[in-house]
Amino acid sequence: MTMHAQIEEKVRQGLQVQHLQIENESHLHRGPATDSHFKLVVVSDDFEGKRAVARHQQIYGLLAEEMQGPVHALVMHLYTGEEWQQRQGEVPASAACRGTPAR
Amino acid sequence: MSTVVETIKEQIESNSILLYMKGTPKFPQCGFSSQAAQALMACGERFAFVNILENPEIRAELPKYANWPTFPQLWVKGELIGGCDIIVEMAQTGELQTLVKGAADDAPEAE
Repeated sequence: MTMHAQIEEKVRQGLQVQHLQIENESHLHRGPATDSHFKLVVVSDDFEGKRAVARHQQIYGLLAEEMQGPVHALVMHLYTGEEWQQRQGEVPASAACRGTPAR
Repeated sequence: MSTVVETIKEQIESNSILLYMKGTPKFPQCGFSSQAAQALMACGERFAFVNILENPEIRAELPKYANWPTFPQLWVKGELIGGCDIIVEMAQTGELQTLVKGAADDAPEAE
């Protein structure tokens, strides 16, 4: 199973997911690793009533094994269904390592 | 390892605005730390930082203590606020400025 698929499976097992986007952004970063940096957009009403820090901790908890292993960084944008509607599906762009602009 | 945790607790308690980061605000060593430091500097308040690249024990222990596996980490008034994504989103909504200004006003004059 690819890391991409593994992340998807664990997030879907751990949360009632309305919308899920996973992007491998390892190419934006230095070094040879190909499964090191991912961006995750998750829309779930399980985030209702939780502050951003708790939402992120919830995902980090589901992906603890991956974070101990090859995954260096997870960019996360986590919304409830209502917040997602308000944003109209707009997701902030990601930064690359060492401040070099992402292309 | 209890001494490292004590150091961490002391840092968090004695600095009302504290950023754990890779590198320094002037010379960040990671894009995420760079973005976080810039957002924080833009708030215009003094803040403390710890360069975890120079403090390997803190780098190893803080993720367990914080239940947060990565850096940067922003702590305000003893509470973990989050990492780069959260800091940047809060900066965009104006929440970060409010939080940081409030913490700076409450803080006794540091050093």
